[in-house]
Amino acid sequence: MKRTPLYSAQRAAGARFVDFGGWELPVQYTGIQDEHAAVRTRAGLFDVSHMGEIELRGPHAVAAAQELTVNDVGRLADGQAQYSLLCLPTGGVVDDIMVHRLAADRILLCVNAANVDKDLAWIREHAGAAEVVDRSDATAQLALQGPLATEILRGLTDIPLADLPPFACREGRVAGCLVLVAHTGYTGEDGWELYCAAADAVKLWETLRQAGEPHGMSLAGLGARDTLRLERALPLYGHELSEATTPLEAGLAWVVRFAKPSFVGRAALQRQRAAGVTRRLVGLAMCEPGIPRQGYAIVDGDRPVGTVTSGTKSPTLGKAIGLGYVASGLHEVGTHLGVKVRERIVRCEVVALPFYRRAEARR
Amino acid sequence: MEFPDDLKYSKEHEWVLVEGSVATIGITDYAQEQLGDIVFVELPAIGDKVSKDDAFGVVESVKSVNDIYAPISGKVLEANDDLPENPEMVNDDPYGDGWMIKIEVSDAEELDDLMTADEYKEYVAEEEEKE
Repeated sequence: MKRTPLYSAQRAAGARFVDFGGWELPVQYTGIQDEHAAVRTRAGLFDVSHMGEIELRGPHAVAAAQELTVNDVGRLADGQAQYSLLCLPTGGVVDDIMVHRLAADRILLCVNAANVDKDLAWIREHAGAAEVVDRSDATAQLALQGPLATEILRGLTDIPLADLPPFACREGRVAGCLVLVAHTGYTGEDGWELYCAAADAVKLWETLRQAGEPHGMSLAGLGARDTLRLERALPLYGHELSEATTPLEAGLAWVVRFAKPSFVGRAALQRQRAAGVTRRLVGLAMCEPGIPRQGYAIVDGDRPVGTVTSGTKSPTLGKAIGLGYVASGLHEVGTHLGVKVRERIVRCEVVALPFYRRAEARR
Repeated sequence: MEFPDDLKYSKEHEWVLVEGSVATIGITDYAQEQLGDIVFVELPAIGDKVSKDDAFGVVESVKSVNDIYAPISGKVLEANDDLPENPEMVNDDPYGDGWMIKIEVSDAEELDDLMTADEYKEYVAEEEEKE
């Protein structure tokens, strides 16, 4: 199994490990709910070095990214990032990714760990004249997330963080290490993602850990990462997204820029938009005891109308929530449905997404 | 980790306290620690029959759904009514307030298949080594 450069440090810090797509990664330290609460109220530090980093280089980098991704890379200035998708010609999702424009001739794509090999082959096939460089093994990535994240990071870097709005990124030094700092995250909180050389990962992690301690920062594992992203209704590849689902079904129409003259999947997605989608991703809040889990049937009366893609008991809201696909027409907020939990049908309601939104973002 | 001496233990990490013909059943300290934060517990109804090695209930942590297996057979006399509302009691006090069901033992000989505290402690050490 693959391990990140932080494996030993994490083991010493009391992490419990799980097999995650061929990686041995920490699922939790003190407990998922504790770590979840720390990120919501203070800060949490995640090792996300398993994520893949693929760079497009050269004068054709932007054009290649435009063709490969559904969002408009043309809107990015140097030092800006955007959420995007790689799609098949059928409109199915190859992966969901972050696109960072480092320079006119350098586009960094951050991709899901389990998809690195597949994405790399796909990108090489469609990158035209751009050079494709797999930086995954050489790169470590940390995520510092939570309302105190900026305060913790500020003292460790010469990068003026206040000048970086959400989705901005900049290369600079953190704790003396060369780091790409991105004002992005996957928790629903304010926070930062830090890309560094694999050789610097332990130093960076230790420095952040010590700096975070007085602020009540927790080390956080994959368990909390999953409950946090689910409360914020951020899709997870292999759950909400797959090659069999399209962005329009997944509620990601806002990512797809049909105004772009060309990108892989455009024709199929345009056809689907014109015809209307037959199923939609919805948020479910359970009205009775019972937790929806991936693969459970969603029912209308006793008729199956869809499938749960993710579910848990929300640590912040204290109730069971889930995401799932249902037949169009049953997706409206307020629709009463059920989830088949083992032999029981548990009543639930379609609710507005996200389940959780941080107070600041409501402004 | 605690391994009370007066209990018997199963390989599936359930404990049994026998008092006359009544057995109280729960999951062990090791099991609750492995599961992490427990957020949902489903137990059988009074009068249900449970059979040795069959699932009689479900305990869900934040991340996972897990069956609870009957270490011995019998008829359910009582289920811990506090657990559906306060499933975290299984984490906090697995051998006390976190107990799950009381059954009328139907075959006392099945108790012989269970482990003593010392045997179970050794078993857990082996499991941990595998981890």
